[in-house]
Amino acid sequence: MWDFLNLFSVPVLETSIRLATPLLLACLAGLFSERAGIFDIGLEGKMLIAAFFSAAISFNTGSVWLGLGAGILASVTLSIIHGLASITFRGNQLISGVAINFLAAGMTVLIAQSWFKQGGRTPQLEGAARFNPIEFPFAETFMPVPVAGPVYASLIGGHALLVYVAIAMVPLTWWVLFRTRFGLRLRAVGENPAAVDTAGVSVVGLRYAAVLICGVLCGLAGAYLATALQAGFVKDMTAGRGYIALAALIFAKWRPWYALAACLLFGYLQAIALRPDLLTAAFGFKVQIQLLDALPYILTVVILAGFVGKAIPPRAGGAPYVKER
Amino acid sequence: MDVIPKWADAVLVPLISLILAAVLSALVILAIGEDPVAAAKLMVEGAIGSTYGWGYTLYYATNFIFTGLAVSVAFHARMFNIGGEGQAMLGGLGVALVCLYIPFPHWALALPVAIIGAAAFAAIWAAIPAYLQAKRGSHIVITTIMFNFIAAALLNYLLVGMLKPSGAMDPATAKFAATTHLPTFQDLFSWGEKPVFRGAPANVSFFVSLLACVAVWFLIWRTRLGFEIRAYGESESAAKYAGISPTKIIMISMIISGALAGCMAINNVMGEAERLVLGSVEGAGFIGIAVALMGRSHPLGVLLAAILFGFLYQGGAELALWTNIPRELIIVIQALVIMFTGALDNMIRMPLEKIFLMMRKEGAA
Repeated sequence: MWDFLNLFSVPVLETSIRLATPLLLACLAGLFSERAGIFDIGLEGKMLIAAFFSAAISFNTGSVWLGLGAGILASVTLSIIHGLASITFRGNQLISGVAINFLAAGMTVLIAQSWFKQGGRTPQLEGAARFNPIEFPFAETFMPVPVAGPVYASLIGGHALLVYVAIAMVPLTWWVLFRTRFGLRLRAVGENPAAVDTAGVSVVGLRYAAVLICGVLCGLAGAYLATALQAGFVKDMTAGRGYIALAALIFAKWRPWYALAACLLFGYLQAIALRPDLLTAAFGFKVQIQLLDALPYILTVVILAGFVGKAIPPRAGGAPYVKER
Repeated sequence: MDVIPKWADAVLVPLISLILAAVLSALVILAIGEDPVAAAKLMVEGAIGSTYGWGYTLYYATNFIFTGLAVSVAFHARMFNIGGEGQAMLGGLGVALVCLYIPFPHWALALPVAIIGAAAFAAIWAAIPAYLQAKRGSHIVITTIMFNFIAAALLNYLLVGMLKPSGAMDPATAKFAATTHLPTFQDLFSWGEKPVFRGAPANVSFFVSLLACVAVWFLIWRTRLGFEIRAYGESESAAKYAGISPTKIIMISMIISGALAGCMAINNVMGEAERLVLGSVEGAGFIGIAVALMGRSHPLGVLLAAILFGFLYQGGAELALWTNIPRELIIVIQALVIMFTGALDNMIRMPLEKIFLMMRKEGAA
């Protein structure tokens, strides 16, 4: 019994939240883009380049805020390239995304090697060059209280600022998309751009706006990876998180609150994969870690196949908009 | 009437893309404080300046021909098979199982069976996303991406567990039997005193890949099935009206695509490593995308683009060895090629169309 409950102990859940944060930010980034009809499989690349530039600039200036700015700027730059390719030049959005992922994978190592000469990584970040955990008031005092103490100190409190930003982004995204005029138009442009165009609203403008928001959120995700979750950039540090975020987006059927749930689930799977001993103790047999690694992808395929509910993407997704002449 | 003549579409557009990618790469090299001209010289010397260099260039090219053809066949049916990486991993598994568990007297017998093994495993891996696309409407791009990760996890599981010989440390199978070793170019072409292609991994699978080029050309442009695939790719509604079953085309083209990607394993697993190592595909499945885009999904184009990428790979390895330019430069070049030939195609095409229109008007006047 206790062995089983250990699977949901405070340290495991705390790790889940920390690992879910970059997924959530990237997932919401994809949500904005795809709701506006722009497929984005370049989430991975944008996160990666943001991770590098935020770590590099944080290290050089000693200020994590400048690093964050640089990371967002780098990610937005890739967003603009994606926008150029898929909106202005009406190219294939998927191919552009693939190219962006490779561009980021190559450029980060190339620049890291040229700047720091440490085999494609940045030096360790310390102090003000990182987003450090925020201690909640009286966390130490309440610590001895069973359950509530540790939950307050390290599950609710004790995270880096960007964790709270990510969670706050969920209601914000919901509000923007479903309660504002901009959000209505953004969703309309992903379903039926011709109708939006007829109403005299710029399809190109809306789609660029969505792609830029996507860039900013991916920038936050990357900066979180390199300056909060870990202390510095290492080669390929996103490790497929962009694709897991994409999977979470489908799992969530392109909805913000579901996205939070999906990312927490996938974060939990990643956290539990770090503690195979707990699994063994709980179930009495060895659970393969590789199965846990593959589980987000398998779940997504199952969802996509429509065996558990149906995931219907925005109707105009992936199609460049050509104005009739 | 086409605005751009056929030759310009087939040669000029990719060439301009390539030049743009090369110029940007040179700028990148400059930006990291290295000399692009010296780098280019080193790459040419290292990749095609000796039979040894050619041996590596053609070895890499063989991988890229298979994965490039795989992406091309799917492109003809207007499907984007991004899962070449995972399919090639499964192909490797097929080759490994065949070579480990069947005692072959000679490589000439082992090769065809290994091809069947590789193709079968990879085709099954491609058939699942194809089925989900055809019957359940799941987007093939997303499912094939997911299948790449699932394949990686599966191979990790097998190579760390079941397939690893007891006592071994690294995640890999045992060495294949000597009778399954494919002859390398060194074995094939060294008659005289001095051995050529010494130590290079290019092997007889290169010729298999050339045959695959011919076979794909024949399939796409000379058979009824190829016509149906192209018709479906041009217009799904027209194809349906002509009595072509979308399900059949999606399934068959993806199975062929997957099988081609899987066949890469006879080169890297059977020909080079002679055992299945974790992570042996090394991104070749993704390079197939760049190769297919540059080669305009035509086997001849794929062959040339694959040799170009083989050159870049071997040249890049030389660069990493002798200069401070990391191997990742190749990934940047690859990204630029995919960007320009794939996504920013219209950026090059639109001005070209204008120029050709102007020339045509002048000619008429």
